[in-house]
Amino acid sequence: MNTPALKDWPLWEVFVRSKQGLEHKHCGSLHAADAAQALHMARDVYTRRQEGVSIWVVPSVAITASNPDDKGELFDPAADKIYRHPTFYEIPEEVGHM
Amino acid sequence: MYTQAMDIPDESGKKLAAVSNAPSDQEAAFEARIDADGRIEPQDWMPEAYRKTLVRQISQHAHSEIVGMLPEGNWISRAPSLKRKAILIAKVQDEGGHGLYLYSAAETLGTSRDQMLEGLHSGKAKYSSIFNYPTLNWADVGVIGWLVDGAAIMNQVPLCRCSYGPYARAMVRVCKEESFHQRQGYEALLVMMKGTEEQRAMVQDAVNRYWWKCLAMFGPPDADSPHSAQGMRWGIKRISNDDLRQKFIDATVPQAKVLGVTLPDPELKWNEARGHYDYGQIDWAEFWNTVEGNGPCNKERLATRVKAHNDGQWVRDAAQAYARKQKERALKEAA
Ligand SMILES: [Fe+2]
Ligand SMILES: [Fe+2]
Repeated sequence: MNTPALKDWPLWEVFVRSKQGLEHKHCGSLHAADAAQALHMARDVYTRRQEGVSIWVVPSVAITASNPDDKGELFDPAADKIYRHPTFYEIPEEVGHM
Repeated sequence: MYTQAMDIPDESGKKLAAVSNAPSDQEAAFEARIDADGRIEPQDWMPEAYRKTLVRQISQHAHSEIVGMLPEGNWISRAPSLKRKAILIAKVQDEGGHGLYLYSAAETLGTSRDQMLEGLHSGKAKYSSIFNYPTLNWADVGVIGWLVDGAAIMNQVPLCRCSYGPYARAMVRVCKEESFHQRQGYEALLVMMKGTEEQRAMVQDAVNRYWWKCLAMFGPPDADSPHSAQGMRWGIKRISNDDLRQKFIDATVPQAKVLGVTLPDPELKWNEARGHYDYGQIDWAEFWNTVEGNGPCNKERLATRVKAHNDGQWVRDAAQAYARKQKERALKEAA
């Protein structure tokens, strides 16, 4: 069976803001011919039960992701910088909450 | 593709940095992550067999969602009230959405939507056999919600903890929506049971026809499921076919009692020692016969599906042409 059109519909990543004041969060992807259609379909697929108040769609090809092979290089160096956390510092009890 | 490394809890503290390119090291890292109940993401190295198993399972699951729209879709135009019609449309629309979540998850493994649809439409790919049975009366719609979606929920809840991230996340979304499916079906049956003698008989008839088929939905007995152990090892499958089936039966018997229907199995009875209900023999010959394409509706379902796809071709073409034109116009204006 030949379905050339579907093959040409690019993939879009969908981000939904669940309510005012919260960030947009990635929730899935879909195929659509253009941005307007992607928005329209994202509305039908991901917000049928008031799951969102705002939607972003981004062409999947526009996203650059970090390589899992670089995970060590990228993220491990932060592991020994414990002074970046508030718990590193001892404050006298009498100071109270700080 | 699901874009990785965006909303994914990663297994911090787990050392994958030392992985070299030697396949055995990668395999060891994969195994270690599986053993630690970690998640595998699309860009991670994975054994070919793991990838293939997932593509098969997720695409079959996706096909089941969209073919599953057909038996119930059959009743949309004949629903007994506007309320039931709106509910049914919402449910069938949900199933289409479930198909989309799952196709997207499968695509992260390197297969395409076209390949999967081609597999379905050519008859090469399987989908849940339950949808190859007809929906003969309105009670069938209620019974599908109560029992078929009920069995699907049993199957799907453990998949929310599947080792493959995109599949697990799709299942979380699906499970959130399934509960409405089961409840609306059960409630529709409750209403019929409060009706006339004839209506009660319709419910019982639908239960009689669907009960055994629902039990078969969990797949062959553990002893006859050679791939099951590997799936468990990989964290793709979390609970065995027989255990899921038992859970479903134990949960359903009390619901049947409240509803006031009899489950058509004379051997169905509480086993005090096991702490479970015993049940009779499932007709596996019939199950396999339907899987192989000889069920009462296999041909009709596939034909309907292919026709819908072909009838939609001009819409897809038009959307594509429109997008191209818009792009050209924007370029011209910018020039
Ligand atoms: Fe579903
Ligand atoms: Fe459902």
